[in-house]
Amino acid sequence: MASRELEGLYQQVILDHSKEKHGYGLREGASGSSHQINPTCGDEVTLNVHRGADGAVDSLSWEGQGCSISTASASLLSDLVHELPADELTRRIDAFRELMQSKGAVEGDEELLGDAVALGGVSRYVTRIKCAMLPWVALEHALVQG
Amino acid sequence: MTIDVSTPTTDSTATTDSTDAAATSATTPGLSDAEVDLLRADFPILGRSVNGHPLVYLDSGATSQKPRSVIDAERRYYEESNAAVHRGAHTLAGEATELFEEARATVARFVNVADDEIVWTSNATEGINLIAYGISNASLGRGGAEAARFRIGPGDEIVTTELEHHANLVPWQELAFRTGATLKVIGVDDDGALRLDEAAALIGPQTKLVAFSHVSNVLGGVNPVAELVALAKQAGALTVLDACQSAPHLPLDLAALDVDFAVFSGHKMLAPTGVGVLYGRSELLNALPPFLTGGSMITTVGLTESSFLPAPMRFEAGTQRVSQVIALARAVEYLRGVGMHRIAAHEAELGRRLAEGLRAVPGVRVLGPGAGAERVGLASFVVEGIHSHDVGQFLDDRGIAVRVGHHCAQPIHRRFGVTATTRASSYLYTTTGDVDAAVAAVADSRDFFRVA
Repeated sequence: MASRELEGLYQQVILDHSKEKHGYGLREGASGSSHQINPTCGDEVTLNVHRGADGAVDSLSWEGQGCSISTASASLLSDLVHELPADELTRRIDAFRELMQSKGAVEGDEELLGDAVALGGVSRYVTRIKCAMLPWVALEHALVQG
Repeated sequence: MTIDVSTPTTDSTATTDSTDAAATSATTPGLSDAEVDLLRADFPILGRSVNGHPLVYLDSGATSQKPRSVIDAERRYYEESNAAVHRGAHTLAGEATELFEEARATVARFVNVADDEIVWTSNATEGINLIAYGISNASLGRGGAEAARFRIGPGDEIVTTELEHHANLVPWQELAFRTGATLKVIGVDDDGALRLDEAAALIGPQTKLVAFSHVSNVLGGVNPVAELVALAKQAGALTVLDACQSAPHLPLDLAALDVDFAVFSGHKMLAPTGVGVLYGRSELLNALPPFLTGGSMITTVGLTESSFLPAPMRFEAGTQRVSQVIALARAVEYLRGVGMHRIAAHEAELGRRLAEGLRAVPGVRVLGPGAGAERVGLASFVVEGIHSHDVGQFLDDRGIAVRVGHHCAQPIHRRFGVTATTRASSYLYTTTGDVDAAVAAVADSRDFFRVA
């Protein structure tokens, strides 16, 4: 038996993405890259940003290891990023951060976050927000690089 | 049942054990379920619920819960005796100083050393840094001829082990960087036992210091202190014992162990946070240059140089953590009241039950001593296919508190090919029911995360 909150934290889509990791495997030709680590648990992610000729971000590639929340978050983020300009991505990262800090008060905007809204349940668990944020912070840093 | 726990003398300690730490423990019985239930009534927090379930607290290796007598001791100090210690001549200052020094005597007796061999620190980490910086300062020439024995430099070696908490590793790495000495590390075998053959090969005339833990905070095994001390003595090296996971759980006789220095922390042994203990042999403490300097640790202060008090006060600069020290003494009295041998026997049984229970769950790998080997009430484990954070989250949903991650010991996790484990750790107030609830929840987590 698990509580409704726990079922909300570990929704099926999250468990699926933690096993079938989209975007996994670093590809060459990145314009920017970032390695992020959560020192309290040792979870880590390396994330590459791949841009097209127009400067928009075509896709992400990533590798890392960590809990189901951090890996599912990276996988869901990879699904989200297809041919988006950097400022649009920054807007979405901000929306995700707002969702994470909402303590369950905000419904994620599916227009902006896609399936990553399923991570909204994390916001009720203060100790796990860092897990979900890890790849998004990596993207933020990688975008600054190029 | 109602138990009066409002005064320090009425904690329902199950029995009185006046034997000192050196007494034999081979036949000491543990604690019965009824006795543990009586003890639990002394710990207010154990009565609360978490996520709709009664709290099952299995994170005492990280920090222990506090009995009401300890909480009351701290409050009573502030209500009745609060004053600056070792300065001021008014009545309260005298009372506070007396309580502060009585606490030192209580803790010294608990580990069978002299009062002036006990130095208060903020935590065990500060105690280890105090030794490292004292050596560092000696190596820079401070402390004169008396401190020459502590000097280290290029060609000298510091030896530690692969299973240390970061607090007993990083300060030695930094000392090596500052002095040019080399850090050597004793490895472990596949059961997590220290490789004594490696230790014998590593420790030699070039070794100046050997630092190791008494009990690993990840593996739960008891390290061979006597053998390591013998090797160090043969080499003329100093020994530093990290007793953070032994002082709260096992009878600890530092004189019998014959180590030169030892540290442990108050908050892991029923006391508040903010107080740690450093033990040092009297002649060593009095020769070691100070670490933190300032008020209260001096004899005469000139404008360009000063001279220092003998130990322990030469290491206690600035305002002291008086309420915590007094509460630590009360915690030690509580532990003595129950009896350290009985606590150790109780936790050995819990550790056995925990490790056996976990090993019976498919896909679970328990690190550390194998079946039947000595283990304290602690087990770190990996559930195949589930990250430790997720295991911990599932347990927390049932009100079961465990530690997840690397437990401030990354190297030993790396040694076993993992970055994180889940750790359940007991104390005197832990019941067999707590252990069984955790084992059952670990088994159920495999269904929840669909790895069964």
